[in-house]
Amino acid sequence: MRRLIPLAITFVVGTVLIVSVFTPPLENIERTFTLFFDIIAVFAFFLGGGNLLRVHISKLRRRKQDWGFSVVTIVGFLGMLMIGLFKLGGSGNIAAPVDETGSLFYIIFDAVLVPLQSTMYSLLAFFVASASYRAFRAKNREATLLLIAAFVILLGRTPFGTMVSGWIPEWLSIAQIPNLAIWIMNSPNLAGQRAILIGIGLGVISMSLRLILGIERSYLGDDNA
Amino acid sequence: MPDLGIVLSLLVIGVGLLWLLIRSLRGQEVERRVIFVFILVAVAAPILFPVTFQEHATPVVKRLFDFIDSLPAGSVVLVSLDYDPAMAPEVQPMTNAMSRHCLTKGHKIVFMGLWATGQSILMSTLQDIILPDFPNIVEGKDFVNVGYKAGNEGVLNVIVTDFKKMFPTDVNGTPLDSTPIMADIRSCRDFDLILSIGGGRPGAKEWVLFVGDPGNVPIGVGVAAVTAPQMYPYYPQQLVGILGGVKGAAEYESELAHRYPRFAHTDQPGLRMMGPQTLAHVVIMAFIVIGNLAFFRGKKVRRT
Repeated sequence: MRRLIPLAITFVVGTVLIVSVFTPPLENIERTFTLFFDIIAVFAFFLGGGNLLRVHISKLRRRKQDWGFSVVTIVGFLGMLMIGLFKLGGSGNIAAPVDETGSLFYIIFDAVLVPLQSTMYSLLAFFVASASYRAFRAKNREATLLLIAAFVILLGRTPFGTMVSGWIPEWLSIAQIPNLAIWIMNSPNLAGQRAILIGIGLGVISMSLRLILGIERSYLGDDNA
Repeated sequence: MPDLGIVLSLLVIGVGLLWLLIRSLRGQEVERRVIFVFILVAVAAPILFPVTFQEHATPVVKRLFDFIDSLPAGSVVLVSLDYDPAMAPEVQPMTNAMSRHCLTKGHKIVFMGLWATGQSILMSTLQDIILPDFPNIVEGKDFVNVGYKAGNEGVLNVIVTDFKKMFPTDVNGTPLDSTPIMADIRSCRDFDLILSIGGGRPGAKEWVLFVGDPGNVPIGVGVAAVTAPQMYPYYPQQLVGILGGVKGAAEYESELAHRYPRFAHTDQPGLRMMGPQTLAHVVIMAFIVIGNLAFFRGKKVRRT
């Protein structure tokens, strides 16, 4: 029974939603189910928040390695939650958006989250440079092709590409670096991306059918399924 | 003075790269920290001593620019900010430039976000960019901010047929039915254009799959450089145009300044960032060349 009910729900909901796509009078069902999904998803926020606290409080209690970071996480999470819930430091209007200009939430977002996230993302440039020196080698034919394509795209994404290939005559304009970069994006990249997309699409259809028909049961926690 | 600064920086980088090449050819390892210093100089120098390059809109950017330009005044454009602060340096210039373009043309803008952080970014965009540039625009009439709604694709699935079901009010709690801008908007199908700016999920791809295609609505996207290649399968059928990374933003800013000279003297972060991006790309390419020369040299030495 514990397995039968979820399987039955999956089968009925999956089938109804597929039928509703092809049956215009049933279009509303799809929208209603989507709204149900959004309402259910709200509970995931509670679960997520609760789980975050549980994991970090347990780490703190047992004084596990790097427990100091858990303190930062808990204080940050609860602090922002309180500031957001009570709309501290804003205009005092309870109907105002949580991040209205001048509110404490907005100030922390602007002064802490923005520079922190931007810094983390910026570090990528350093690692890309290090990796390009150590790993980007023309070891075989495929790697060489990839290397040449990367080189053209890197050059093509800067005005430097136009500078170094600007002398190429108009009748051979395809050989100009920026045009070559556009060609790589529009032809080989496009073909590869489309192939991947079609593959993913077919995979999604097959997995959905397996779920609806109850063949795939791993989402129930059944490892032997 | 800026010229001297950048020339000196280029000289330092050039000599340093030559030194690295010699070391590598001798089979000596280059420490990771040395590479980091090169990137630091390559990125910092054009920021401290600004270098600007001339940009020209490529067809994928120009098509979107021309589409916005050709819409009649009073058209309603939906702008979705689907990104976080990490991605903002790359895509925020697109939001600024496209919003400026739309408002200059007299279009009305509905702002929203599929990412929670999008709403906060929008608040600062309105405060720092849009309202100072267009002091006469009126909230509710010329633009409205409906904010963020959780649910990812679920949100799109609903607003494609009923916008106000998911967004009954704007962020201030004003019912959308009472705002003039939303008077003729029932669903996403009623927008003249949708602009999705971001680079993650949910983002541009989801807008195409759940709104653009089923609702037959023109969509234009501004995405981070790493996401741009994934957008090409949808161009030109499902997407009006693509702005990819800082270069896409710079091309759009350049076209905007060219067609509307009043923007030639406003802040153009996309064009400004092309300096650091260009120099960083050149240094990365130099590292690839040096790494490969050292690799082949090592191979030859091992053979003999």
